[in-house]
Amino acid sequence: MAAINRDDVAHLAQLAHIEMSAEELDRMAGELAVIVDSVKSVSEAAGDDVPATSHPIPLTNVFREDVVGHTFTAEQSLSGAPDAYEGRFKVPAILDED
Amino acid sequence: MTDATLSFEEAMEKYDPVLGFEVHVELNTKTKMFSSAPNVFGDEPNTNVNEVDLGMPGVLPVVNKTAIESSIKIGLALNCKIAEKCRFARKNYFYPDTPKNFQTSQYDEPIAYDGYLDIELSDGTMFRVEIERAHMEEDAGKLTHMGGATGRIQGADYSLVDYNRSGVPLVEIVTKPIEGAGSRAPELAKAYVAAVREIVKNLGVSDAKMERGNVRCDANVSLRPHGRERFGIRSETKNVNSLRAVEHAVRYEIQRHAAVLDSGEPVTQETRHWHEDTRTTTSGRAKSDADDYRYFPEPDLVPITASREWVEELRATLPEPPAARRKRLQADWGYSDLEFRDVVNAGVMDEIEETIAAGATATVARKWWMGEIVGRAKNADVDPGQLGVAPATIVELNQMVEDGKINNKMATEVLDGVLAGEGTPAEIVEKRGLAVVSDDAPLLEAIDAALAAQPGVADKIRGGKIQAIGAIVGAVMKATRGQADAGRVKELILERLGVEG
Repeated sequence: MAAINRDDVAHLAQLAHIEMSAEELDRMAGELAVIVDSVKSVSEAAGDDVPATSHPIPLTNVFREDVVGHTFTAEQSLSGAPDAYEGRFKVPAILDED
Repeated sequence: MTDATLSFEEAMEKYDPVLGFEVHVELNTKTKMFSSAPNVFGDEPNTNVNEVDLGMPGVLPVVNKTAIESSIKIGLALNCKIAEKCRFARKNYFYPDTPKNFQTSQYDEPIAYDGYLDIELSDGTMFRVEIERAHMEEDAGKLTHMGGATGRIQGADYSLVDYNRSGVPLVEIVTKPIEGAGSRAPELAKAYVAAVREIVKNLGVSDAKMERGNVRCDANVSLRPHGRERFGIRSETKNVNSLRAVEHAVRYEIQRHAAVLDSGEPVTQETRHWHEDTRTTTSGRAKSDADDYRYFPEPDLVPITASREWVEELRATLPEPPAARRKRLQADWGYSDLEFRDVVNAGVMDEIEETIAAGATATVARKWWMGEIVGRAKNADVDPGQLGVAPATIVELNQMVEDGKINNKMATEVLDGVLAGEGTPAEIVEKRGLAVVSDDAPLLEAIDAALAAQPGVADKIRGGKIQAIGAIVGAVMKATRGQADAGRVKELILERLGVEG
């Protein structure tokens, strides 16, 4: 059974701010189900003695010393902004969240 | 719209409060959590950033080692276990305060967990608050809502974003549900946040200035009928940013919840916003899909392992814990239990320590802070430390009194002048013409007049009843309109009457 259905895809699309048509939802639900099922087969290969991992490289503690490096000027920071005002990014007011 | 509330007393009669706190501590590392941009407050917007903080495509975060060490120290100071291995995750949401569309945070593997903090209430009662976890994350950018009438987001036309704060290292400290505080709940809330603030300040890992948002508190409150085990539905009051506000917000939410429950309605599980001006909360958003953060392990960062050797090395660097420090300070300063508790409750222990370090004696420092400044701060409705009296000011004022340049009464007047922004004590004494009469001639004149007016008293003093001198001193002070140095007046009277002091 597919671990992801059409409602899940619609919900995820909403969370990800992606507008999807009914046809797209149908198609994507099918495609994602295949992908999720394929990934699931990995857990069948790994036995209980294999701990879950979030990283394939056996590496830990990659650190940086607490030393100040380079920064941008306000002009550089804002160079790609669609809109700016007094050195700050100008964005639509979003009332939904705070 | 104002919410209905019950009186606090009635709420306590009917219900049992359960609290929970999430305290965010901004670390004072030189650089950000994942980028080498400076972690500095108050600079020109969008200049303390680089490509990592702005969430440019293809950039790689790198963990700040000092931030990890600070986090471990906080965990140890909160009596937590330190995870041997932990990792970061992505908390996904769309909001302009994070340009990456996710916050890098710890989720299922916090660096510290299962701790506790013993909190001392104002009457000396100890209360243990259990710590669920302390995890690392990064701060978000700062939004300013523009347009609309109130400057709040409601009715705003657009928002301006400054990402200087984006990526500043944070440690979020989460308590387990706190039961059994009863009517002491508001006081415990304040004392808990004060204790956390004191700990991180004492560790030197945060500037711990609440007014700058270095320490921010979200307060969870729920009520249940007495005797019921199951928790009620909670509200979460966000960003309560002073110790007094924490106390007030918890008290208000208890009163509001009680009224909702009394009306037979369920409490809504929601975020509340605290308003310092009205000392009330208003509804934020209800918990909804927006809280579906789809956490997953951060693929750009490898796990953190804290070897036991490293943890012990860090433990060895921990400063004296605040409770032990209080014991030591009380002994050093020679204050009685009651005097010291008053100092702690008034929130001026650090200020007194700084004043003593600046050169005052323990007695003088306490006299000024407890006798003069605490009352003025109360009237001004601010914390004493925020009133604007520098330790050096007290030392200077006291020196002037000891040198006989001004008397105590004038010194309090000068203090008011300092608070009114009229300048340094010396400048105010000069401007207001507040010098004690130190020239002996006018004093002797007043003394002679007083002795002549009260010959009986003069005889008593001559006869060895030195304590009778007060009447003459009083008359001289009156004659000089309080501008005389009482000590010098005493000496001169005795000299005049040929009596040994």
